[in-house]
Order: sequence, then structure tokens, then C-alpha cells
Amino acid sequence: MIDFNNVSVRYANGFEALKNITLAVNKGEMVFITGHSGAGKSTLLKLIAGVESASRGTVNVNGQNVGALRESALAVLRRNIGLVFQDHKLLFDRNVFENIALPLYIGDYTPSEVGKRVRAALDKVGLLGREKHNPVMLSGGEQQRLCLARAIVNRPSILIADEPTGNLDAEYATQIVDLFKSFNQVGVTTLISTHDAAMIEKLKPRTIHLDHGKLIP
Amino acid sequence: MSAWLRQHQRAFAAAWRRMAQQPLVSIFSVLVIGIALSLPTALFVALQNFNALAGRVNAEPQLSLYMANSASAAETQQIETQIKARNDVASYRFIPRDQALKEMKDSAGIADVLTALEKNPLPDAFIIRAKSSKPEALAAMREDILKWPKVEHVQLDSAWAKKLASLNSLAQNAVFLLALILGVALVAITGNTIRLQILTQKDEIEVGKLIGATNSFIRRPYLYFGALQGLLGGLCALAIVFFSARWLGANLIELLQLYDSDYHITPLTPRHGAMITAIATLLGWLGAYGSVSLYFRKMLSR
Repeated sequence: MIDFNNVSVRYANGFEALKNITLAVNKGEMVFITGHSGAGKSTLLKLIAGVESASRGTVNVNGQNVGALRESALAVLRRNIGLVFQDHKLLFDRNVFENIALPLYIGDYTPSEVGKRVRAALDKVGLLGREKHNPVMLSGGEQQRLCLARAIVNRPSILIADEPTGNLDAEYATQIVDLFKSFNQVGVTTLISTHDAAMIEKLKPRTIHLDHGKLIP
Repeated sequence: MSAWLRQHQRAFAAAWRRMAQQPLVSIFSVLVIGIALSLPTALFVALQNFNALAGRVNAEPQLSLYMANSASAAETQQIETQIKARNDVASYRFIPRDQALKEMKDSAGIADVLTALEKNPLPDAFIIRAKSSKPEALAAMREDILKWPKVEHVQLDSAWAKKLASLNSLAQNAVFLLALILGVALVAITGNTIRLQILTQKDEIEVGKLIGATNSFIRRPYLYFGALQGLLGGLCALAIVFFSARWLGANLIELLQLYDSDYHITPLTPRHGAMITAIATLLGWLGAYGSVSLYFRKMLSR
């Protein structure tokens, strides 16, 4: 499903974020990516969504070479990938409903389908009834759940989360981890970058460790 | 409803929402565009009316030959024979001095003044239509006729009409140039408004790109916004010109009536109005397109 073939990423300033990475993630798998700050975890995830480009090598997602995709094809690929960010990237000039509905508007769903899917996503993350609230009225954990609801509302086959529990206390972190686990159990390929040892201990997933851009076997 | 239509409906609604979110800014932007466009539009209307007035002037290659007041009937007859004999004359018309006085009394609105005169001050005249319209040929013809006995004055009637036409052409080019400059200004105004909007909605664009929005999906509401701004600006310009023409038109008609003219101001036709709003809409769209494309090129590598 996801293949990295000898991938390197070098930035304009000469810094090499990833060095000759080769790995494969199978369909329905849950993979944790660990490593120190600056090890290349976020870069690796961004390559899958086509947010970053490989300087060398290829990244294939569902058989498509992400680096070679045209703008419109890349957009279609991203609709099949749910992204969860540490800083949530919520829009505070819109309410909870509108934040979650954004991928559905892009995917051109009918208004009734949008309503149905948004409520289903809110139900899954435990925020049903908060549709009309502004995200600013939500706690950090709720904002992260809102971000997760937006990521899964399109029913993606891949879920990518960059430090999803980084800013959360233990209780909220456990809730988020349980949600990722439930989505993975229904077949969603899940990749999570984290420093959270407790999360890894709890789920015992396949773990990929990066050190200064290199894959540690 | 088709998916395509739904996407456009959403983009249009988003554009309206963005305008409504900052009503004062939107109103001022529309006013600036309207005022900028009203200038070439007003000049266009003025030019149209100038053309209509100029159209009443005969621009054919024509000479007016005036006999001396002392010329006898036989001498005038002799001149007519000479005119007939010329190869370069297409046609001619003799206007006896009494007829000229009568026509003048009827048309110029100075009947009282003319009646008060003791004797007719006007000479016999010939209106000669030349075969050639070349200025050199007409000038040569004039010089030649001037040498005939008892010919007091020969006037090239087409010369000033040509000057008028040349002036008209200059004015047309000036209006076109002004419209071009202000059109560029409209694109710049819209582009700048959109640029400021993009800056305030950077997060939305970034999130949109990350969750699968295409460039055209992101661009669409801005294009509608620019087009709407242009359209409203165009309508504002038409309103300014319409009310200005009505206000000034009444005074102008009054003035023309003093010269016995029945001319009425021709307002902007619906066709021209539609054309101006369409151009304004297009320019607004163009400004928005340029601004968003520039942003994509600068900020988003993909």
C-alpha cells in the first residue's frame, strides 16, 4: 500500500532530513514512527501526502508514485488520506460542523450526505451535539478529536497523524489513542509519529525508529 | 443538481459571504472601481453625442464660391458657364442672394436682425461638389477659381469637417487609452483586494490543500469575488454616468435650443451598458485570477 524506495530528502539549506529510506506499510497495518526531534518523522509522513517531495527515490501510495502526480491527481490522493496534525489546523472562523464538512465540500457531496457523514464522524469522536460550537470553545483534547473527525469524515483508507498526543494530558491522550485503534480495526492503514512511550506500550504496534534521517533496524 | 453546478453555487455563496463579512471594505472597493470606470464611460457617452452632432455636418468635397456684391447677372452667368466647362466638377448648385437671405432668416434664428437691414448683404453663391476628394486637388481647384473675375471668396467646406473628424479620431483614441489605463487599474484594485483576502485566509487555503482541494477549487470563490466586485463596480459606473448625463443633459439641451438645435442627448444604450458591465466583470475576474495564481506560485510549491 505504501512503499518507500531508497528515499532521501535534502532541503535547500543542505540539511538532509531523510537518508536512503526503504520501507513498506501493508494495507490495514498500524505503524508508529519514533525518533528524536528532527529525526525525520514529520518529513516521512509528509512524503506520503505529497506535502514534501523526495530529492531521491520514490514514494508509492496505492501504486501511484506520489512525486510524479499532477496537482489534480495529488488532490484526489489526499482525499483518500486523513491527516491529523499536532497543531490541529482548525479554522476558527467556522463552527465545528463546517470544519468537519470541509473535506466533503471538496469531495462534492450532497448537503444531506454532508450532514449525515459529519454527524457520524462527530459521534465516533464523541463530539455529537457540539456542531454549532466554535472550535475555540473546545478543550485541547476536544480540538484534537475534532481534527480526527475531519480526517476520517471522508472515510479514507490511510490515516496519518503527526504527534497527535503531543500537547495532550494523559487522559485525553488515551482517548485519542483508543480512537486511532478503533479506526485501524476497521481496516484503515494508520501511521502515527510519536514520542509517547505509553501509547506504544499500550498498542504494541509495528514501530519504525528514525535517527538523524536514517532508519534504525 | 449536477456536481459542477453545486461546486459553483458553493463558490458563489462563499464569495457573497466574504463580501458581506466586510461590508464597508466591499462598498469602498466597489465605489473605487465604479468611479474609475465612470470616467471613460462618461467620455464614451460624450464622444457618441459628439459623433452624432458631427454626423450632421457635410463632409463631402465641396467648395462654396461667393460672388462679389458688385457682380452683375451677366457676370454671374459667365461664372456658371465656366463651372460647367470644368472636368473636375461633379455637380453644382446656384444659390441666388435673395434665396440665401430667406434661408438664413428661416434657419439661423436671427430673422429680426436680418429684417432690420436696409439691403441684402449676402452675395450670389455656387455650391460646387468636386469629383476628387484629395486635399491637394481641392486646394488647386480653389486657387484656380479664385482667379476668375468677380469671385470674391472660395471656401473649402470639407476642410473643417475633416478637422472635426480628425479631432474626433484623436478623442476616440484618448478615450480608448484612458479606458485601457483605468482597466489596468481595475485589475490592480481587484487583485490587491484578493491578495489581502488571501492573506487573511491563508490557513483555510493551507488546510484545503492538505485535505485534497485542487487549485481550481481554492481559486473559484476568489474568482467569483473578483467578478462580483467588477460587476458591481461596472453597475456603479453606469449609475454615475446615467445620473450625471441626466443632470448635465438638461443644461446642454437648454444651451442647444438657444442655437435653434433640436438635438437631444443620446444616453448609453442597453447594449453598451451590458458591454461595459461585462468588461468590468471580466477585468475583476482577471485581477482575482492573477492574484490567486501569483499566490499559488509563491506560496505553494505543488
